Amino acid sequence: MENKIQHSDVYAIAHHHRFQWEEAQQSYVILFPEGMVKLHGGAGEVIKRLDAKATVADVVADLKATFPDAEGIEADIIGMFELALEKGWIRKI
Amino acid sequence: MSQNSLGESAVQKAVQSQNNGVAANATQTQPLWLLAEITYRCPLHCAFCYNPTDYDKHTHNELNTEQWIQVLRDARKLGAIQLGISGGEPLLRDDIEDIVIEAKKLGYYSNLITSGVGLTEKRIQAFKDGGLDHIQLSMHDITEEINNFITNTKTFELKKKVAAMIKNHGYPMVLNVVIHRYNIGHMKEILEMAEALGADYIELANTQYYGWSLVNRNQLMPLKEQIDEAERITNEFRQKVGNKMKIFFVVPDYFNNRPKKCMNGWGEVFMIVTANGDVLPCHSARVLPNMVFPNVRDSGLEYSWKDSPAFNKYRGDSWMKGPCVTCPEKANDLAGCRCQAFLLTGDAESADPVCSLSPNHYLIEKAIEDSKNPVLASQPIIFRTDKNSKKYASGESTERIEEFHALP
Repeated sequence: MENKIQHSDVYAIAHHHRFQWEEAQQSYVILFPEGMVKLHGGAGEVIKRLDAKATVADVVADLKATFPDAEGIEADIIGMFELALEKGWIRKI
Repeated sequence: MSQNSLGESAVQKAVQSQNNGVAANATQTQPLWLLAEITYRCPLHCAFCYNPTDYDKHTHNELNTEQWIQVLRDARKLGAIQLGISGGEPLLRDDIEDIVIEAKKLGYYSNLITSGVGLTEKRIQAFKDGGLDHIQLSMHDITEEINNFITNTKTFELKKKVAAMIKNHGYPMVLNVVIHRYNIGHMKEILEMAEALGADYIELANTQYYGWSLVNRNQLMPLKEQIDEAERITNEFRQKVGNKMKIFFVVPDYFNNRPKKCMNGWGEVFMIVTANGDVLPCHSARVLPNMVFPNVRDSGLEYSWKDSPAFNKYRGDSWMKGPCVTCPEKANDLAGCRCQAFLLTGDAESADPVCSLSPNHYLIEKAIEDSKNPVLASQPIIFRTDKNSKKYASGESTERIEEFHALP
């Protein structure tokens, strides 16, 4: 599989997908034809930072700075990138 | 339009069901999906349409633009995110542009569900500018002959043109193909056509039997062997195309041993507002007896969703009877479809007869046998036309509906 995530990679939300905060659900969601996914806390924080400019390393650094008390989050963040790529929610720039 | 396309397919694969077994008014279940059945008028006459056979009586009292905009606002406040603009053929209304703009403003992910008839360059550009997110186009077959026969219209060439138009405007290509006896043998060719059109998603929706498709059940139902073969071809094709094209194969419930979890649970995720303003938990709920559905002309959507007796009636499992009430699998399917139970058995609270544990399962077996009976199968199709609908609505005709409770 091509799902190996590199620190220098840059990602954005996939074409025809939309990422937004849902007040009624109190969560981030990704919307696409025929469906949607509700993202729990950390997953939403990762996707929120994908702006087609930030590298994976930037996202990791930013999340570490924002959540200094969370230990060992890097593996979780990379795991989220892998999942999102496999599901087709994000695309590599 | 197929019942499958919105009822219980792809959407549910992604939307996690919530709060099964507990009434929404106690747990704040939210309608995630608003389906606006904005008109029942339609230029096509599809034999498999799930719309009510008496739809004609709802074609003279449609909600106006302002009323639809209010529906969109109220549903959004309740939590609705996905908006389906459906029908009939929604493009027969000239205010879809206004509705799309409002949907965008409110933050919906909006979808126009269309046969393509009436889509012009001017309109699609207005939809794009207004913020419509995607268009789901119905296709019927790779042959002009079958397309024109099953829809009872000459629309084959037009559909190909519309598909190209959708692609040219940068929309994802989302195709819906209702599968029945007349096209099930062309599965490979249908998938190849979808690939050639650049489809991003294709839903192969096996016909389910409500409304017009129930009346034409003997004419439409394929053989079990044909369905197995169609699924095999689909799986093979899926392997070949990989992630490029997402293929959903909606299994027909008559050939399953367990019923579908209809609408992902009554009043759990879906809210439907019909052309005349009725608020329903499923497309065909109006066939059920002794039910009063709220209407947006009289009461708000919040009341409809949270408090109306109709939306609470089949939430959870406290209404169930045997064998469902003690069944260890009841949370999987919530006893199946209330409309199917009523139409086929006369008792809306009985187990969906699709279930092999239902004492009425023989009705499904009989229907499958009947569909192989050459005498029954050779009866002509009753197409979805205003003329036929008027006959059903007025009681002038009861042709092939006597055996089904509450039809039309």
